[in-house]
Amino acid sequence: MKRQILLISFVVLATLAFIARLSYLQLTDNSYQLSPFSNSSTKVVQQIPERGYIYDRNNKLLVANQPSYDIRVIPREVKEIDTLELCTLLKIDKELFIKNLERAKKYSLRKSSVFLPQVSKEDYAALQEKMHKFNGFFIQKNMLREYPINSAANVLGYLSEVNKEIMDVKPYYQLGDNIGFAGIEKYYEKELRGRKGVKYFKTNKHNKIIGSFKGGVYDTLAIPGKDLAITLDIELQKYGEALMQGKRGGIIAIEPKTGEILTMISTPTYNPNLMIGRERSKNSPKLFGDQENKPMFDRGLQATYAPGSPFKIVNGLIGLQEGVITTETGFKCYHGYRYGGRPNEFMKCHCGIVGYPIRLEKGIAKSCNSYFSNTYRRIIENYPTAQEGMNAWSEHVKSFGLGKYLGNDLTVGQKGLIPDASYYNRYYPLKNWKAVTTISNAIGQGEILVTPIQLANLTAIVANRGFYYTPHILKKINNEDIENPNFVEKKYTTVDAVHFDPVVEGMLETFENGTARASKIEGIEICGKTGTVENFIRVEGKKVKLEDHSILVAFAPKDNPKIAIAVYVENGGFGSNIAAPITSLMIEKYLTGEVKRTWIEDRMYNTSLEEEYNKRKKLLEVENEEQ
Amino acid sequence: MRTKSSNIISNIDWLLILFYIALCFIGWVNIYAASTPEENAEILNFSTKYGKQLIFFGLSIPLILVILFIESKFYEQFASIFYLISMLTLIGLFVFGKTLKGATSWYEIGSFTLQPSEFAKAATALAIARLITDKQFDFSKLKYQLQTFLVILVPVILITLQPDPGSALVYLSFFFVFYREGLPSYYITGGIGIILLFIATLAFGYIALLITIFIAFAGLIFYLYKKKRRVFKRNLPSIIGTYLVISLYVLSVTFIFNNVFKQRHRDRFNIVLNKETDDKGKGYNQRQAAISIASGGMFGKGFLNGDRTEGGFVPEQDTDFIFVTIGEEWGFVGSVFVVLLFALFILRIVFVAERQKSRFSRIYGYSIASIFFFHFVINIGMVLKLLPTVGIPLPFFSYGGSSLWAFTILLFIFIRLDANRTLDW
Repeated sequence: MKRQILLISFVVLATLAFIARLSYLQLTDNSYQLSPFSNSSTKVVQQIPERGYIYDRNNKLLVANQPSYDIRVIPREVKEIDTLELCTLLKIDKELFIKNLERAKKYSLRKSSVFLPQVSKEDYAALQEKMHKFNGFFIQKNMLREYPINSAANVLGYLSEVNKEIMDVKPYYQLGDNIGFAGIEKYYEKELRGRKGVKYFKTNKHNKIIGSFKGGVYDTLAIPGKDLAITLDIELQKYGEALMQGKRGGIIAIEPKTGEILTMISTPTYNPNLMIGRERSKNSPKLFGDQENKPMFDRGLQATYAPGSPFKIVNGLIGLQEGVITTETGFKCYHGYRYGGRPNEFMKCHCGIVGYPIRLEKGIAKSCNSYFSNTYRRIIENYPTAQEGMNAWSEHVKSFGLGKYLGNDLTVGQKGLIPDASYYNRYYPLKNWKAVTTISNAIGQGEILVTPIQLANLTAIVANRGFYYTPHILKKINNEDIENPNFVEKKYTTVDAVHFDPVVEGMLETFENGTARASKIEGIEICGKTGTVENFIRVEGKKVKLEDHSILVAFAPKDNPKIAIAVYVENGGFGSNIAAPITSLMIEKYLTGEVKRTWIEDRMYNTSLEEEYNKRKKLLEVENEEQ
Repeated sequence: MRTKSSNIISNIDWLLILFYIALCFIGWVNIYAASTPEENAEILNFSTKYGKQLIFFGLSIPLILVILFIESKFYEQFASIFYLISMLTLIGLFVFGKTLKGATSWYEIGSFTLQPSEFAKAATALAIARLITDKQFDFSKLKYQLQTFLVILVPVILITLQPDPGSALVYLSFFFVFYREGLPSYYITGGIGIILLFIATLAFGYIALLITIFIAFAGLIFYLYKKKRRVFKRNLPSIIGTYLVISLYVLSVTFIFNNVFKQRHRDRFNIVLNKETDDKGKGYNQRQAAISIASGGMFGKGFLNGDRTEGGFVPEQDTDFIFVTIGEEWGFVGSVFVVLLFALFILRIVFVAERQKSRFSRIYGYSIASIFFFHFVINIGMVLKLLPTVGIPLPFFSYGGSSLWAFTILLFIFIRLDANRTLDW
């Protein structure tokens, strides 16, 4: 009997060992149940929600989505396929096939990556039937942007695939995801994109999906992106772009009583549909590489120019506030203003009023350089030192939203430049500069630099008689008005409201009898100010003067203004030549809905400054060859 | 004949048959789960593995009837013939065999394949029983020891040459029988010692082991020298001899392991000894098996709900790794139930074997209990990562006609022999 025990005890021992091992695996070590996601039999698939649409202020659709189809590949699963047939179907040659497959292999053998992006809808239909023949290749639906209206590309921006840098900073994004890269798409990326959902699937050992994981209890739904309405009036925007054809520059129009941006034109612009789909990779370098036209450069926001004559308004207002002039103060003008003893220390003036005292209204209407030089000098010299005077002046100017960022919801912008004492101290280390040293500031030439949107905002300030709302582009999210305290807060200037009326009268006079009288509209009281800014380029070490930049700022109507606008046309000549007619057409279009003065309209359509730009280009080429 | 056959029915050990049916049924249910790609597949689809297994079950019924209706004396008388034929089929493999997964272990008949090594176990068991039953037989004599060793050595060599070392290993189970029938116990102690030394050498390294052995023997000799001077004088040469043999064995294990074993064999040991943690490559099967079983938890994920089973993460899950399916879908409760069912089944065979009056029947019964036990231990031990990977099936569970039929034959010959116990002359 003793010998029978051996086998029996072995059976019992083995049974106990197995039970012990099973309880260790299944009862104590429960890490496998706690985390269903670390289980290698599940696969996580991102659910990418549809991106929000973008509408204009009148609910016109600006940006929609269209389906596109990417061919993706899992290199490890590519086996026994008819390469030739696939190439024919995809309309690619064998070299590209090999190249793309190598690229995919480099990224990952197991994970799928895009083999050929954005196949056309027509090709998709043919491919769909045959795709199963090509192991490892599959089609994935994707969303592309679609722009029903070819306009406002600079405002809307575009999407781009995320790169490594973005993914490192924002873990939300994964390879192949799109992200807003410019404009509205960039600034309101979070609102537009929505939130990705996650679906868990059961997989087999080949990582193939064989069903949903636990009936989908861990899945999260994708939250669709929000639709945005922007403040733009797309009809006005389109109209402005048409008027600006053949010209470089920017038009910014703002609704003064809200700060809403009505138009934001930068020309030359581009068709937003160029930045989507398969053609994008061809178009993008062309657009970005165009150093002459710079279509991707938003002139309305990024270009800094000297403001020219419109800046006289600011100096007039500061003069009144500082008490150095009154509306009755008069200055005489003899074809210009002499600010020093030497022959060249003389600023010319074209106001045409010789020897009579000129008061503020007239000074603005006729854009008298002498008047504002006197005013500017009084402002600075009102203080014991030029330094103090300059700083006081600079503070006043900055309260008009100049020389600083506006803090709006646009992705690009420039501060511009409003000099102060320390600025001049850098150039004159002995600090021996005086008011007359900086006299160009009186007429907006000198060191001052502003962007068109700052200029438009300045106009809105005058229209509002002393305050502004931060110019902004977003109007509604999901059809509900936005609530951004920054956009509803009145921002006052340092100049009291009472001082604005005489200035407004002067600006009205500009359109009634002044420099812009040719552009006045019957029945609408437009208040504006023309400007002409000299500009030079350096060729062979010499300053070469080019055609002046043409500027106009205006608002209308005079009472209860509905639109404030700044127009800047590079090399457009006198402000009254091009900028004024464009401004008045824009105002007419916006306020009345139609343009009756079609002869002016036609003239604007047909005015091209290409010749002027070619001249500049040739000069620059000469310069470059020299180097 | 009439009276006898009626006696057979009444004398059959129905408990064993109940075990058989239970094991086969649970086995088939899990093959169904392991080889069903989608839910709700048809049961009677004979192109699938579970469908084919159903056919194998169907074909075992006539096989069982034939076995039960053959006179029990016939098995004893023709044992040598069975053994001879079985060995010939193994030899024939070298000429006509079909190679699957690197081993020439199959005959191909039409669309079916048969694995003669599975049937050789039954033939060997019969031959061993016949040999030991011989009136002259005496296990204390070297001549008879060598005869029995030869009987199992022939199939072991033939099967190892296929090569199918896993199946060959099963023949070690006959040592339980030999021991039970009187083989001197130093074979068993020696065998267990050899195995323990082998494992210890791999686990701790030969240097540590040699030092330990040296200290142990030095201590022993010192103790005997001081306290038991007479024992010391008489046994010193044999103690030193034993010391040298053990030390040489440890060295040779190291040498064989590093130079004779193939890398894959080394890997299998290293994985179980936790010296290797390559989960994607060498240890993949066992690692995935452990994860799958662990994921079953207390009560399992439920029938056909094992997502890892469905995902096919564990290779060979319908054959050698079938226990994984039980672990995942039926959990701890189901796994323990199956383990206990097997243990009780084996113990029942031992019990029935021990009650035989015929020595032949007892030895045969003991043989098959040992064989079942060996399969049970090696297979589940491997799946639970307690033992190195050895490719042998879990009886009645693993998919495959040959193994099912071979185990059926193995068991039912015994049931037939047992049914005759009261009629023995």
